[in-house]
Amino acid sequence: MSEYKKFTEDMIKTHTILVPNMLPIHFRLLIAIFESKGYHMELLENDSRTVVDEGLKNVHNDSCYPALLVIGQFMDALKNGKYNPDKTALLITQTGGGCRASNYIYLLRKAVERNFPQIPVVSLNFSGLEKDSAFKITASMFLKLLYAVLYGDLLMTCYNKCRAYEVNKGDSRAVLGLWEKKLGDIFRSGSSKYTHTKKLYREILSSFGSVKLSSQKKIRVGIVGEIYVKYSPLANNHLEDFLISEGCEPVVPSLLEFVMYCAAGTFNDAEIYDNKNINSRIYKLGYELIYSKQKELIKIMKDDGRFEPLHDFEHLRSLADKYINQGVVMGEGWLIPAEMAALVQSGVKNIICAQPFGCLPNHIVAKGMSRAIKTANPDANIVAIDYDPGATRVNQENRIKLMLANARI
Amino acid sequence: MAKRYSLGIDVGSTTVKTVITDDRNSIIYSKYQRHFSKVRETVAEQLAIINNSYPDDDFTVCITGSAGLGLAESAGIPFVQEVHAAFLSVKEKVPDADAVIELGGEDAKIIFLTGGVEQRMNGSCAGGTGAFIDQMATLLGITADRLDELSLRAQKVYPIASRCGVFAKSDIQPLLNQGALREDIAASIFQAVVDQTVSGLAQGRTIEGKVLFLGGPLHFLKGLKNAFVKTLGLDSEHAVFPDDGIVFVAYGCALYAKQTAEPCRISEIIQKIKNAESAGNIITGEPLFADKAEYDNFIGRHRQFDLGYADIRTYKGNAYLGIDAGSTTTKLVLITEDGRILYHHYSSNMGQPLDKISAQVKIIRDSMNPDIIIKGSAVTGYGEDLIKSGLSVDHGIVETVAHFKAAAYFCPDVDFIIDIGGQDIKCFRIKNQSIDSIMLNEACSSGCGSFIQTFAMALGYDIAEFSQLGLFAKNPVELGSRCTVFMNSSVKQAQKDGATVEDISAGLSMSIIKNAIYKVIRANSPDELGKNIVVQGGTFLNDAVLRAFEKELGRNVIRPAISGLMGAFGCALYAKENAEKNPSAESTLISGKELESFTYTSKSAKCGGCTANCQLNIISFGKGRNFISGNRCEKGSGKAKNNNLPNLYEYKYNSIIAMEKLGQPARPTAKVGLPLALSFYEQIPFWHTFFTELGFETVFSDESSREMYYLGQHTIPSDTVCYPAKLTHGHIENLLDKGVDFIFYPCMSYNLDEGNSDNHFNCPVVAYYPELLTANNLRLTGENFRHPYMDLNNRKNVIRVMRETLRHYNINGKIPSAVDKAYEAYYRHQSDISRKASEIIAEARADGKNIIVLAGRPYHIDREINHGIHKLITSLGFAVITEDSVAGLAETPNLGVLNQWTYHSRLYRAAKYVTTQPDMQLIQLVSFGCGIDAVTSDEVRSILENGGKLYTQLKIDEINNLGAARIRLRSLAAALK
Repeated sequence: MSEYKKFTEDMIKTHTILVPNMLPIHFRLLIAIFESKGYHMELLENDSRTVVDEGLKNVHNDSCYPALLVIGQFMDALKNGKYNPDKTALLITQTGGGCRASNYIYLLRKAVERNFPQIPVVSLNFSGLEKDSAFKITASMFLKLLYAVLYGDLLMTCYNKCRAYEVNKGDSRAVLGLWEKKLGDIFRSGSSKYTHTKKLYREILSSFGSVKLSSQKKIRVGIVGEIYVKYSPLANNHLEDFLISEGCEPVVPSLLEFVMYCAAGTFNDAEIYDNKNINSRIYKLGYELIYSKQKELIKIMKDDGRFEPLHDFEHLRSLADKYINQGVVMGEGWLIPAEMAALVQSGVKNIICAQPFGCLPNHIVAKGMSRAIKTANPDANIVAIDYDPGATRVNQENRIKLMLANARI
Repeated sequence: MAKRYSLGIDVGSTTVKTVITDDRNSIIYSKYQRHFSKVRETVAEQLAIINNSYPDDDFTVCITGSAGLGLAESAGIPFVQEVHAAFLSVKEKVPDADAVIELGGEDAKIIFLTGGVEQRMNGSCAGGTGAFIDQMATLLGITADRLDELSLRAQKVYPIASRCGVFAKSDIQPLLNQGALREDIAASIFQAVVDQTVSGLAQGRTIEGKVLFLGGPLHFLKGLKNAFVKTLGLDSEHAVFPDDGIVFVAYGCALYAKQTAEPCRISEIIQKIKNAESAGNIITGEPLFADKAEYDNFIGRHRQFDLGYADIRTYKGNAYLGIDAGSTTTKLVLITEDGRILYHHYSSNMGQPLDKISAQVKIIRDSMNPDIIIKGSAVTGYGEDLIKSGLSVDHGIVETVAHFKAAAYFCPDVDFIIDIGGQDIKCFRIKNQSIDSIMLNEACSSGCGSFIQTFAMALGYDIAEFSQLGLFAKNPVELGSRCTVFMNSSVKQAQKDGATVEDISAGLSMSIIKNAIYKVIRANSPDELGKNIVVQGGTFLNDAVLRAFEKELGRNVIRPAISGLMGAFGCALYAKENAEKNPSAESTLISGKELESFTYTSKSAKCGGCTANCQLNIISFGKGRNFISGNRCEKGSGKAKNNNLPNLYEYKYNSIIAMEKLGQPARPTAKVGLPLALSFYEQIPFWHTFFTELGFETVFSDESSREMYYLGQHTIPSDTVCYPAKLTHGHIENLLDKGVDFIFYPCMSYNLDEGNSDNHFNCPVVAYYPELLTANNLRLTGENFRHPYMDLNNRKNVIRVMRETLRHYNINGKIPSAVDKAYEAYYRHQSDISRKASEIIAEARADGKNIIVLAGRPYHIDREINHGIHKLITSLGFAVITEDSVAGLAETPNLGVLNQWTYHSRLYRAAKYVTTQPDMQLIQLVSFGCGIDAVTSDEVRSILENGGKLYTQLKIDEINNLGAARIRLRSLAAALK
């Protein structure tokens, strides 16, 4: 492996770490946690055409769209002069695994080295990669990050539902803003109040519950797919906003599902390939811890009754088994068919599968599984939409409109 | 009294259709009109006509169609999605239809009505549609109607790639240049449209029962109708082409309007459309020229690169003829001893290059001063072989060499040449006075000259006029740079948002340039191109394109005035150099007298030289002179050249195939089918041995072919997956037809760990393809298809999994030893390949031949996947070995990427090894759609270039045309000389 610019201890104080925007609600909370540890972080908001242009210039054009956008967003931000390159670092997630997404960080480093050799690129991963970086995640931080994901998922779920039905435009946004600040402050201050989950969950639910909603019946549309394109408005041309403007309720599965899918992959593989060891047992324990937290949130949401609870992860696993082996762990793997099945089961029959053009795992797990899902659930209405720098919004929207016309038959 | 009517307005990508229905849902008026992208004007025009006839009646109005979406939104008129409109229409008019196929300008749609209603549209790869047929007609220089007439007289159908219009074009081009009959090509184009619809859209659902065909192309084109009916096996009762098929969607739209819209007067609708504001969210770039002065300066600067001219009627002495038989155009240049131009010609070849060029040579022969002696001639381009044999031209040279010669004439220390022609972009870097690396455009990066031309025509302009418009555009539109289909829709969107023709023209010029720089050349910064850049090709005669290039690079470049003729000029220079070496020699070029009686006939045949059964095209020029094309090797061409150079691809392939017959048990326990696909090309020794040891009979699927692909095409769910994966579907069908007890196809996240890498994954497609197969092939069950998960690195795991998989056979105890034998066979095979490779290397070295490592994946030895490229390479005088045979000879070099796939890791080591061997070169084979090669190819390139080697990449897909590969390989051969 070639040498690259390291993130050193002293940079924690001096450098601003830029973070690509995938899930605005969650990422703001995550950033607050890092800030409590003394890091300076900033979530990138730039989403003009120049992001795509920078991506095209700096990444092999056959690379996947998420790589192109993430790198384009960084390069665009750095080139517009807002950040001092001597005091800036970049953060990118690294999952490891057989998908080419594991290579994003290297593609980013190549692009950065050419233009800003002094800027270090930091890996955010939970697989023990790049241990020599001063950017470290301790066990206690890990736990906090987990809570942030839980809170983020709850906010996202409530917000999506409320803004589709809100009577007074802007009400849901206001509630969201309130909680983003409140939770952000808790995490940033380093206080341990974030562990008061039961209380906070209930408060969030009742805040959103107070938003006045219309009783109008709307088409509910689930969004599954490649993780970045599924969530990032920059990548999916503001898909959730579009669905709302079409009079639909977007239903977006939680981020925690992806986290748990990754966690389950480690001990699943150990079972499938007969190499159980101490590590796989630890992972299993970790998984069980996360699962207990998920169950707690689900229970509170169920008791509250106003919002659809997250998919119980063990239930997702059993749904997956009907369609595909849990050994399929590259990209979003078996999670996509499982989420599609779970959505259909919970009455969300219309599903958009958002994916980058030519995404390798999605040939198998998304386009490849639609037929099986439809056979088992004849009323499922699934459309695969490809995203890519050349694809136009008109074409994407026209196909989504077709799906919606199907939904109305 | 005012009556109540319904009006449906269908605004497609190329046409506007209106239908009025009365209260009994009968059509009382309909109109069909091309809109030439003037959507709003055309709609307003049609509405005005209607308003004149029905000024006092009430209408419920609705809009549908891909280009109607924006109009409906901005004018506040109800919209219905067009497939849904068609659905409503069919429900009303042909309620017993089972399926509907509708082809529009740029969309293809299918509706299944029985057995679960389903409506589908083509995805992001838009193959055969109406616009595609128009484009192909333009390519042949005829109208779509004429294309149709021709198709009805076809005798045969050529396989033409159906997924992507760009691929199809590159299939058709060489056929044209090799003199294939236009009748046959016309029919092949229609067949490609049918295949695309049946496979790409239906994706496994069988189209059967009563099928309704709708849309413009299916209404007007008889040949297309026939092709659909024949392919789907329908009789006249089950294939319905309604008389009003072109307005069917508009009719459905009127029905929708009746149910949902509020009645109003037509005049109100007209007002709404007039008042509609354009959305105005187009992204624009800087103007090409700030002012007239900047433009004049630019023109003056480029004027200096011109040649002298001499009069062909008065000049006396030696002359040299250069011919560039390009893909769409024909170029000729006749030069004097001192490089002045006596005659030049540039025109479209109208799909008949031989006729065009022979006519031009005749003009030259007839008009030239009798004291001119043509001392030499040379030809280059797609039609090189045909023209060379037809007109007895002295030399045939590869395009890159011709272009380099010409460029060096204008700029002796040229660093970089970029040629943008009608159909292709060729770029090459020059180092030490020779061609160092070559970049050609591929599918998905294909915006070239003909695209602007087609576009200009679609907008009703002539190309020169259209590009002139862009020069002073104030806000050139940003149109993206992926593929022409996407560019089409970007243009549509820009128009919808109110961009002017000027802005679109400039935008198109810029996107062609961006495509060239960032996708073809893949430059990270303009400096990579070097200081002295020569641009050429017909497209650069367009000042807007030239300016866009200079602007994007931030640097001035040289465009010779004969930009479009550089290939021909280079040929003339080449002929001159050669004639000077041998002053007494006469040119072999066809004489004036011979030209008088020059005729030829063309017919097709099949080569029987080997199992590849190449489709040949034989052109006879009389007197026993023939030109044969379509063959991959030299065997069928009648040339006596022996092609016996050692070839590891052949050896490896044959040794895999031969294993089926080895050690089959006399009384087998059961028959197990192994598909000859993907990872099996490497694991056959393992699984064949394993099952044979246990007393099973192993049955391999038959060898791959295009027919095999078609066999499984209906079960392919993702049309953008790589061709090797798509072929797998055919192999599964084939095995099922062979009557095996079960097909065995394991899933493997991991491949074998060969060390030297960060991890050892398979790519997602290789790892999990069996999952996709079971989900999409309804014939597969848990019984007849077994796809357990296992890790070959863990013997115990393999034993456990195989015990479970075969538990019904009561052979538990025998499994461990069978597994051990299997491992032995696998490693024996691997070392046999390495041993053979060292033999080949030794043999080649003894003969003084260069060696090519043709580096791909194990499945690239499949002849249907590699299209015989290895044979083409040996025919050029190289020995061929595989990447895996030498990967073990080097350590992994320092990499800038995560090295985590077993197959791909071999590429890096093979590349490293090649850099240590002076007589070896590496060519990387990349299957189109292989996302992982987007990572590996840059890395392999840098390993090779850092080691002082050339990097050559060949992209392959289902298309069977080695044209681009040939250019690259011949250029490589030329560079090595």
